[in-house]
Amino acid sequence: MAAVQGGLADTNEEKDIKTEPSSDGFGNNNANDGRVLSTSPGSSASAGINKSATGAPEDQQTLLAVLQFLRKNKLTESVEILRREAGLPEDSPELKGSDSSGAGSGGAAGSGDKEGGDASSLLSRVTISSSANLATTVTSSVTAAGEDQPDVNVVLSAYNQQGDPPLYQVYYSGLKKFIESVLDCHRAELSQLFYPLFVHMYLELVYNNHESEAKAFFEKFSGDQECYYEDDLRVLSSLSKREHMRGNETLMDFRTSKFVLRISRDSYQLLKRHLQERQNNQIWNIIQEHLYIDIFDGMPRSKGQIDAMSGSLAGEGKREANKAKVYYGLLKEPEIELPLDDEDEEAENEEGKPKKKKPKKDSMGSKSKKQDPNAPSQTRIPLPELKDSDKLDKIMYMKEATKRIRLGPDNLPSICFYSFLNAYQGLTAVDFTDDSSLIAGGFADSTVRVWSVTPKKLRKVKSAADLNLIDKESDDVLERIMDEKTASESKILYGHSGPVYGISFSPDRNYLLSSSEDGTVRLWSLQTFTCLVGYKGHNYPVWDTHFSPHGYYFVSGGHDRVARLWATDHYQPLRMFSGHLADVTCTRFHPNSNYVATGSSDRTIRLWDVLNGNCVRIFTGHKGPIHALAFSPNGKFLASGATDGRVLLWDIGHGLMIGELKGHTDTIYSLRFSRDGEILASGSMDNTVRLWDAMKAFDDLETDDFTAATGHVHLQDNSQELLLGTYMSKSTPVIHLHFTRRNLLLATGAYNP
Amino acid sequence: MAEERRQKQCSVSLPTESMKAMAESVGVGQLQEESCAALSEEVSYRIKEIAQDALKFMRHGKRRKLTTNDIDNALKLKNVEPLYGFQSQEFIPFRFASGGGRELYFYEEKEVDLSDIINTPLPRVPLDVSLKAHWLSIEGVQPSIPENPPPAPKEQQKVESTEPLKVVKPGQEEEGTIQGKSQGATPADGKGKDKGLIRLKPRSTHELSVEQQLYYKEITEACVGSCEAKRAEALQSIATDPGLYQMLPRFSTFISEGVRVNVVQNNLALLIYLMRMVKALMDNPTLYLEKYLHELIPAVVTCIVSKQLCLRPDVDNHWALRDFAARLMAQSCKTFSTTTNNIQSRITKTFTKSWLDDKTQWTTRYGCIAGLAELGPDVIKTLILPRLTVEGARIKAVMEGPVVSNIDKIGADHVQSLLLKHCASVIAKIRPQPDNMEQYRTDYGYLGPMLCSHVMKARTQAALQAQQVNRTTLTITQPRPTLTVSQSGLSGSAGSRTPSIIKVPSSLTLMTPRPGTPSQPSPPATKYIVMATSAGASSTQQVFQDFHSVLHSSHPQGSLSLIGVTLNSMNLHLQPHRSLALFPAPLQPCSLW
Repeated sequence: MAAVQGGLADTNEEKDIKTEPSSDGFGNNNANDGRVLSTSPGSSASAGINKSATGAPEDQQTLLAVLQFLRKNKLTESVEILRREAGLPEDSPELKGSDSSGAGSGGAAGSGDKEGGDASSLLSRVTISSSANLATTVTSSVTAAGEDQPDVNVVLSAYNQQGDPPLYQVYYSGLKKFIESVLDCHRAELSQLFYPLFVHMYLELVYNNHESEAKAFFEKFSGDQECYYEDDLRVLSSLSKREHMRGNETLMDFRTSKFVLRISRDSYQLLKRHLQERQNNQIWNIIQEHLYIDIFDGMPRSKGQIDAMSGSLAGEGKREANKAKVYYGLLKEPEIELPLDDEDEEAENEEGKPKKKKPKKDSMGSKSKKQDPNAPSQTRIPLPELKDSDKLDKIMYMKEATKRIRLGPDNLPSICFYSFLNAYQGLTAVDFTDDSSLIAGGFADSTVRVWSVTPKKLRKVKSAADLNLIDKESDDVLERIMDEKTASESKILYGHSGPVYGISFSPDRNYLLSSSEDGTVRLWSLQTFTCLVGYKGHNYPVWDTHFSPHGYYFVSGGHDRVARLWATDHYQPLRMFSGHLADVTCTRFHPNSNYVATGSSDRTIRLWDVLNGNCVRIFTGHKGPIHALAFSPNGKFLASGATDGRVLLWDIGHGLMIGELKGHTDTIYSLRFSRDGEILASGSMDNTVRLWDAMKAFDDLETDDFTAATGHVHLQDNSQELLLGTYMSKSTPVIHLHFTRRNLLLATGAYNP
Repeated sequence: MAEERRQKQCSVSLPTESMKAMAESVGVGQLQEESCAALSEEVSYRIKEIAQDALKFMRHGKRRKLTTNDIDNALKLKNVEPLYGFQSQEFIPFRFASGGGRELYFYEEKEVDLSDIINTPLPRVPLDVSLKAHWLSIEGVQPSIPENPPPAPKEQQKVESTEPLKVVKPGQEEEGTIQGKSQGATPADGKGKDKGLIRLKPRSTHELSVEQQLYYKEITEACVGSCEAKRAEALQSIATDPGLYQMLPRFSTFISEGVRVNVVQNNLALLIYLMRMVKALMDNPTLYLEKYLHELIPAVVTCIVSKQLCLRPDVDNHWALRDFAARLMAQSCKTFSTTTNNIQSRITKTFTKSWLDDKTQWTTRYGCIAGLAELGPDVIKTLILPRLTVEGARIKAVMEGPVVSNIDKIGADHVQSLLLKHCASVIAKIRPQPDNMEQYRTDYGYLGPMLCSHVMKARTQAALQAQQVNRTTLTITQPRPTLTVSQSGLSGSAGSRTPSIIKVPSSLTLMTPRPGTPSQPSPPATKYIVMATSAGASSTQQVFQDFHSVLHSSHPQGSLSLIGVTLNSMNLHLQPHRSLALFPAPLQPCSLW
């Protein structure tokens, strides 16, 4: 019993323990039972009952098995002693009763219970075949150390484990039968149990070195699991020895962290009653130890609702996990005095000034006047001060914004496709600057290349010696420091020693970040085209990196399952966001820089608070590793794309899934909202760019209190209505998308002949 | 099904023999069976683990294909020294060996002579990465430019052409049959297709944009115009451009009408041009031609068997046109013949019927034989060889009998050389070695002795080719050890030139995957016709064919794919230079922001 509970403990250690006499062994074990059981949420009231109902029968069974064995070997004395011993310390009437009944019916424990009968008969078979030395230890310990109760108990529990393996199949199929027979409304909910139970039972078998049983168990039941668990099952199937588990972190996680299930109270009661009736302790133990059952009051969820949310490595997110307040509003735009005059001048120079003045003032006014109640305070995290050049850029941005095309279902954006030719399958990451003047590409050959897509060529700053010569007082000093001789359309940055998987421009276009297989993130200067810093911290490949929209901060995530927050002037991370159970595959900053979203191979998305490093949202529902994330420009929504080819939409404030966009047939590598948030563009490995009606997806949303409170989503299957266009490229997977400030969509990919 | 697959996944592990073999390779002699089993399980697990990690790298590398680098990176994750020397973009050339009850796959590591490497000229520097912008969509509409995939992929064209058929079944039946009959030439052919087309017409939009109309005009004018360079360009455009499907009905009508008119007017040059258009259309991979076969096939067949194709049959080389059209016919038989339309058998019947007719003229006779002969050795064996005696007698009657007319004599002469050319290679394959003049005479009649000498020539040529093949493969495959294996096998069987390896019957030389494309932009067909008109037909043909057969037999599958790759990459490089003048110039993306 103890060994089953402490599944991770070594069997050999158990055997060693048994020789040490510890007076409180038996009682202690039962105390453990009680403690473990009482931790189950919502069942604290019935903990006591559980204790006697589930703890005792377990002992009872094993005791009966031993008694049977002893009787068979004509060790009547031992039988007597054992019976006396078993009766004495527990002093519970149930045990006595069952004891006597067991003696009377000759081992048919749980009289009338078919499974129980099966169990004991199987037990007895195993007993016969089990090695003789075990029998002798049992007898010797029983006979010699008559008063030594813990010994017996420990031996029995070890023995119990030995006898169990063949029963796993019985337990599991018993539960399966039960779940298949319950009412439809409960079946879907209870079916969620199958996968975690399957995995834990399999792992337990493997852990206890019952290789063949584990294999048989796997073969028998793996076909029943939901198809989206196939990847994990593949990992599981290759794992058949205990030694394998040591190195396999994903599976260790599975064992150590709790799989979260959401089940309605009714269904849960049904399950509990069943397990108690059947005295199916094995399964009950697993549920207690490895699963976290989040019980809610109300209607059981439908199959569709459950399927929408399940699929992650560790079950759904707990409800509490998504309760924290998230300030998803945008920060107030800094007041810029200069632009108005400037713009007016500009506008006057151009024709049609009356038209243009108005929207400009609107766009300016709307942002500066209203303080979004959901926005974090301006100083929640310290942000860098705006430089003059930043202000200029802001002015440029606003000017461009006035020329922006309003997109909508009837007004689709034009898409300009930048194909990388002769990349020989080596293009791994792309980023555009916000003003769309530069493209950076990361390549498998460790290089980073930067192209200028405007006629303005890329120039380096002159060398220090030459810089001394220029007149620092002149007006065009910024122009003079550039070295005309180095002007070219593209520049190559060397420094990484492995494929470059993530790349990100700083908002001011002075820096470029790249993350690589070599475990470093590098900061490059786009003035000198040299590497400024190599941030070391991830010891494993860094899959993605992203600059904060306000500059200065950036986030990176990698194979070490940790996302790190850095500031460009610190060589050590400021925050470490740990919690993902597998690689962090993509990282993204919230538009207000207060939050960071990370997507992972464990098929969850987490939102982290930059201020305190807490995980404030866990989104589950994807059925494959997540490779693309995008925040809506208003900061309220998040879109995510994964290898399963689906785009999911999330409401950050309520922590809810609000949409599912089906259509892609392969991994989605890129997602981007249009500048005003009306259109969502997705680019995929299936060589297509698809445009979705984001406005409609968000408008259709009904967030009543009930949904908000329970987190139960009703997703409409309206992907086809929301899909505005599909544009196929010519054997060019789309790996990055970008909306220019005027809402022209840029797409990139490497042409694969 | 998924269940089955999973079960397989569960049980897959390396055989213990592999462990033994590996142990021996590192000097461990006697490995216990149990250790082998334990090792194999462990190794299998580790390999699976590494493969799973490697997949991660593949995903992040945004690729579909796992590369050796991914494996290396996965090994690095586990702090294992990566494998050096397995750098290969395409495949790892493992070799197989068996013996002593053991089967082994191994990686052949050749000893490399450094001086050889130093002395070999450096390969071309691979082209640098470059960026190219094009419009994927303009305000929601995808422009049909070569950079974008064809607006309607073949599948979709097929669906479009077959789907409505079911919807509009009743009515219009009569119209369809009338149309079919009026086509003449091959009344049996394309009836079902006709129906489809007729019913389609009211449903599909036939509006062409202004640009498309301009393009159509330019192309058709260039194709039948006098400027050869322009024609080559136009044909190239027809053969490669992806957005032509909307113009396909026009082209098809253009060709069939053109043939009809020009046959009557005996305008040989125009007929040749039109046939070259057919060839170009067939070469275009994005077109679903099946809908228009009922127009194209009659046109082609006309060019094969028509009594007269030119004004001066005694001087003009209309034979070349017949040969070319026959090849086209064979090609379309091969690509389009299905069990439902039975093109090949219907065509064969048509040819045989008119060939068997005694009154058939020599020109038509020539066309029929050419048409049949191009269909492959099997057709020659079953249909032509048995009739050699009869045909020989007929030729003899013309050649040695009283002089009827010069034209008949020329015709008989051409038929004779045609028969000799095609039959010799087939006989060389099916007849046992000693070639006896007398034996041939008894077997094949008048043509026997000439056949005999041709067969002997064919045999020596085949042997010669085998040597050539040897040489060419050696130069091509030197850097790739696997190919040497297939090469040794080839040299053994090259005597009989096994076409099965290539899957292209050796006689259908025009169906090669455009071997001339990279170096010479003009399609080989052009060259052939020019040569044939200028010089004696048979000899140049021979040379031409030899060139092709060498090309064929020298590339077994492995290297064919290699060629394919280079072809593709060449195409890629060629693209920027392709003249886009016919399309409206794409908007300059940069100017928009």
